[in-house]
Amino acid sequence: MTALKQLPWLLLLAAAPVLAQHPTPAKAAPKTAPAAVSPAATPSAAQLLLDKSDLSFGIKQMGVPVEGRFKRYEAQLILDPKKPETGKLSFRIDLASATMGEAMADAELLKPAWFDSKKFPQAIFESSAIKSTGPGRFEVQGKLSIKGQSRDLSVPVSLAQANGVSTATGSFQLKRLEFKIGEGEWSDTSVVANDVNVKFRLQFTGIAPL
Amino acid sequence: MSPTTPITPGTSRYTPLAMLLHWVLALAIVTAFGVGLYMSDLPMSMTRLKLFNWHKWAGVTILALSALRLLWRLTHRPPAEPPMPAWQALAARAVHGLLYLMFFAVPLAGWAYSSAAGFPIVWFGLLPLPDFVPVDKALAEQLKELHELLAWGLAALVLAHVGAALKHHFIDKDGLLLRMMPSRRN
Repeated sequence: MTALKQLPWLLLLAAAPVLAQHPTPAKAAPKTAPAAVSPAATPSAAQLLLDKSDLSFGIKQMGVPVEGRFKRYEAQLILDPKKPETGKLSFRIDLASATMGEAMADAELLKPAWFDSKKFPQAIFESSAIKSTGPGRFEVQGKLSIKGQSRDLSVPVSLAQANGVSTATGSFQLKRLEFKIGEGEWSDTSVVANDVNVKFRLQFTGIAPL
Repeated sequence: MSPTTPITPGTSRYTPLAMLLHWVLALAIVTAFGVGLYMSDLPMSMTRLKLFNWHKWAGVTILALSALRLLWRLTHRPPAEPPMPAWQALAARAVHGLLYLMFFAVPLAGWAYSSAAGFPIVWFGLLPLPDFVPVDKALAEQLKELHELLAWGLAALVLAHVGAALKHHFIDKDGLLLRMMPSRRN
């Protein structure tokens, strides 16, 4: 009974990351350092470490902050941190992998009013430009498509590296109704807020040193 | 406490504040119980979401008013009871004590359940309340059972309380109910 979780939710997704890769001799990276390449080479693709990454969304329902996360997503990333403008990111989220930690809520998310994941299995973010905004900081611009709705999105990303692993973190906000997430009675934002905060912490190997 | 001015109906009553708390809480508790019973089996919907939140807001309100009421009770002597066998007086005292216990235990268990389930309570959508238990699914299930069990316990106590009060008033005709009824200005 009670599942308290009622909740609703939704939302979102995000795309986020950025990342990159590039050649460089990787001696700099300690042990498991993956990428080593020669400077002039074309950056090779980075590898997303899914089980070390986290992609979550937060939303308020009747004032109560609730959170969910996606368990499956993939990234195709090419990034040379020293030449981010040559980078490219394609990020795909399996919407059916969304969970809020409660069975009733998770089942609700799949429904047509929310993600409609049968009809629209993936949320997709395709970058159009990546630029540096400071040491270890980038801005990734692109288009986010969910449920047949596309919106331009600009995502700030911080990139840190250690032991050959690059960690991209950041967050951004979405309006769920712009993507038709929560239709019908659920479009009442006094119950389920329109603002969705998406947070990501993605780990990659194969990105050249900053 | 006044001597034993027997039962002249209407002579000794609770204070207006005590009566107000009694009746407001009676209504709130019965309503929250009914809503709790109804909402728990609802499928996911806007209605379910709203009822859960309203139920929680009501529960926290009941908790707060019960604290106020306990404070009143600890600082005031209730009006004299009509004469009754010792065992009845003892039973009345026990039921009253347990009722007070439940006024706190039921909402606190519900609050803990909500926190453990990962849904902190935001009172009336405005005031975030602290979580005093961690988010833990297994714990949430146990707290849910506890909350339900205690709520049923409270319901049983309420029935005993109401039944006894009605029996006194209508069968013993000792005017007991008048202690908790606003005076009609005589």
